[in-house]
Amino acid sequence: MLSASLLEIAVPRLIRLFPLFAFAGFLVLAPKATAQQEPPYFVTYSSVLEEPGNLEIENQNIAASPKNANAFFAPTVEFEYGVTAWWTAEAYVQGQTTKNDSAIFTGFRFESRFRPLPREYWINPVLYVEYEDVNAADKSFLEITGNTSITTLQVSNAALRKEVERSIETKLILSSNAKGWNLSENFIAEKAVNESEPWEFGYALAAAHPLALAGSGKPCVFCRQNFDAGAELFGGLGTTDGFGWKQTQQYAAPTVAFNAPHGLTFKFSPEFGLNDNSATVLWRFGASYEIQQFRDWFRRSK
Amino acid sequence: MRASLACIALILAFLLLPVVCLATADGSWLKKVPQADRARTNPYAADPTAIAAGRNLFRNNCAKCHGENAEGKANRPSLKSKRIQTATDGDLAWLIKNGEAFKGMPGWGALPEPERWQIISYVRSLNTPAPGAQQ
Repeated sequence: MLSASLLEIAVPRLIRLFPLFAFAGFLVLAPKATAQQEPPYFVTYSSVLEEPGNLEIENQNIAASPKNANAFFAPTVEFEYGVTAWWTAEAYVQGQTTKNDSAIFTGFRFESRFRPLPREYWINPVLYVEYEDVNAADKSFLEITGNTSITTLQVSNAALRKEVERSIETKLILSSNAKGWNLSENFIAEKAVNESEPWEFGYALAAAHPLALAGSGKPCVFCRQNFDAGAELFGGLGTTDGFGWKQTQQYAAPTVAFNAPHGLTFKFSPEFGLNDNSATVLWRFGASYEIQQFRDWFRRSK
Repeated sequence: MRASLACIALILAFLLLPVVCLATADGSWLKKVPQADRARTNPYAADPTAIAAGRNLFRNNCAKCHGENAEGKANRPSLKSKRIQTATDGDLAWLIKNGEAFKGMPGWGALPEPERWQIISYVRSLNTPAPGAQQ
């Protein structure tokens, strides 16, 4: 009787803890390596794609306590796979929990990024296309397009989740690398496919630099080369009916990343609102883990 | 009927693409290296710590495909080879920066240039330097 009730309590908890056990297992089995190419951005994409065969699992979270609205926490889990050296595919699932309201699943996204040119140039273009099925309660701020305002967050989750938008989002990603600096510019165009809405536009700009350009001769965890610092600027640009950046949200953000051993990366960024439509500050933090050569798990010859 | 055939063709193309793209490296990239790049020399060639730093960087960034000791892995090439011996430092720097995206090798242009040279120092240390390298 006792063991049955214990099982009733323990089994669901263990199931809930499974991702933690799986993650710990990965850490033990994984080779000791740090991933160093990727700049420390949350919103802006650079020309760096996932290496072919690698699978990166990222959890990025955003927390905020906007004026006149309930505080919220919105996690997004992202699976990024390098299909080839010029094509990366990603899937996202996202949700949010709002204080004095509820916790809900807000939707999913599938995206692909293609690098059309085979060489490294002064400016490297990447083409991005995404299908998203997200409801209006989404608070992930993965990008900002059209005319949006933080005041929409005053509406309850129950009301917002009824409005589902299925849309195609495209981005032109431009990225340059020089003397350790990465400069990236994203131009976003989004069109709802399930309702007649105008095209929505947005942008993201970023720059980053590692704290050291040359590697250390000694294996180290906290050496400067494992840290990247940068800044992001992103927001909406209105719609085809009204182009501009005043009637939408705009943010500026310093950002920092630490590339830890075992393929782990930690990122942090406080994002500051630049106008009355924006939240005062969004706290963003994330951790990612790269499973190196995930494809080899399915190969006979390794 | 036509739609399902198109769908099957698309799935087959998707499945075969990585196989085509991961075709074994054939060294044809050497012909693409511009003369100015080929003539570049490694600024870390005389730095005794560069090999150790390059080894760490190699293990962090390259070993996942080329093997922990650059011995190659599955259809990804060994870096202990005649081709690497005869390539100049400039050739290797060009390949690491630009990659061969359509043959499976990503470009590493976002990795700082000093780190790329340190990796070359390490890869060189695995191969006997060739006195008559391609010029």
